[in-house]
Amino acid sequence: MLRIRGLTRPGLAPVDLDLADAEATALLGPSGAGKTLLLRAIADLDPNEGDLRLDDASRDSMPGPAWRRRVTYLAAEPGWWAVRAAEHFPDPAAGRALLPSLGLPEATMERRVAELSTGERHRLALARVLVQEPRTMLLDEPTSGLDQDTVKAVETVLRARVEAGLALLFSTHDEELARRLARRIVRIRAGRLLEAAA
Amino acid sequence: MTNAFIALDYTDLALAALLILLNGGLSLWLGLGLERQLGVATLRMCVQLGLMGLVLKVLFDIVSPWLTLTAALVMVLFAGYEIRARQDTRLRGWWSYGLGAGAILFAGGLVAIFALTLLVQPDPWYHPRYVIPLLGMILGNAMTGIAVGLNNLTDRMRRERSAIETMLALGETRVAAFRPAMRAAVRAGLIPIVNSMSAAGIVFLPGMMTGQILSGIDPVEAIKYQVMIMFLLAGGTGLGVVAAVQVAALLLSDNRQRLRLDRLAVD
Repeated sequence: MLRIRGLTRPGLAPVDLDLADAEATALLGPSGAGKTLLLRAIADLDPNEGDLRLDDASRDSMPGPAWRRRVTYLAAEPGWWAVRAAEHFPDPAAGRALLPSLGLPEATMERRVAELSTGERHRLALARVLVQEPRTMLLDEPTSGLDQDTVKAVETVLRARVEAGLALLFSTHDEELARRLARRIVRIRAGRLLEAAA
Repeated sequence: MTNAFIALDYTDLALAALLILLNGGLSLWLGLGLERQLGVATLRMCVQLGLMGLVLKVLFDIVSPWLTLTAALVMVLFAGYEIRARQDTRLRGWWSYGLGAGAILFAGGLVAIFALTLLVQPDPWYHPRYVIPLLGMILGNAMTGIAVGLNNLTDRMRRERSAIETMLALGETRVAAFRPAMRAAVRAGLIPIVNSMSAAGIVFLPGMMTGQILSGIDPVEAIKYQVMIMFLLAGGTGLGVVAAVQVAALLLSDNRQRLRLDRLAVD
């Protein structure tokens, strides 16, 4: 269980939110409402204040990298630092095994990142997070720019991970996806979390 | 053949200055718009070197450790200022100056003291005839290296922000996430001195050696001095660039190991 109390940063009013294990929560709101600010603050990627606890461990009790390995954020437009896909994976074999479930051929691992389409890069980045098996995942628009079949594939993979115990918080503009995948939907507007519906 | 030193008179300098006028004329002819800058730079150089000549004359006559130290510190402070001026993107606040000045003080001071106490060993070791020229050469090269290195680092941190933050988000430490940018920045800072060493003696004759030869010193002796100077320049530049890039990387992150580009003053 990730327990968030009074999480705030410039542009974000204090947020209280619980992310339970084996539960997906969707974060909805118009562009510029603060979805990315909130996800980045939870991952401690920007200066922020608040009391965050993963089970009984306070965020302040562990170094930033240790927190982010447990509570991992994936940006809507993730970055790449090497030429080939495989070079971004600590264990390329584990990544390769995951790719077919995300609708990507295993050979994608040997391709140059610059040659991949936006949708392929998106799923590759998701695989990169999934191989690390974090306790909590914070996904910023994980299905934007994907076709319907690919959205289904991503959804299936995420659902399986949630059933296996993952706490998932994802932002999206797709209300249908939010209803299908998430047990809870929270909305954000002008940097303020509005409601938490079951 | 004589080894006598040929002194220049002011007519010689005036004749040499015709070449600057030639450059100004070319700039006008080609519409480069460089005449004003060229004029200001020429004037600055003449005034600065003239003043330096006067200062050196006083320093050489007195030979005081405190006066020498003061002159050395003034040189370091100006080098720090020059490094700051060469940054496209600076750190906010005092660090915009302190980082370059600190790195060059550390590297220049260490290498100059090493050269004076263990290599050249003048008597006394702080004799300004040795301290000022040696330090000047070390600072000049380290300044260029540090300025290039820092510029490269901040530029890369901004351009590669997405990749760096993705690594951090995956739980990498700042050391791992910043490493590619830091390596490239240190390389960029060191390339001028490495190139300079590679080309010395074939493509160009270094200024100090040329000066010694012109003043009648045996070429072999002049070359021995030049080789030592090149080692000092490489050492000073290496230390300065590595120190500046390491500290800059620390300043561009925080105790939670986040990337803090908000600490850069971006217009």
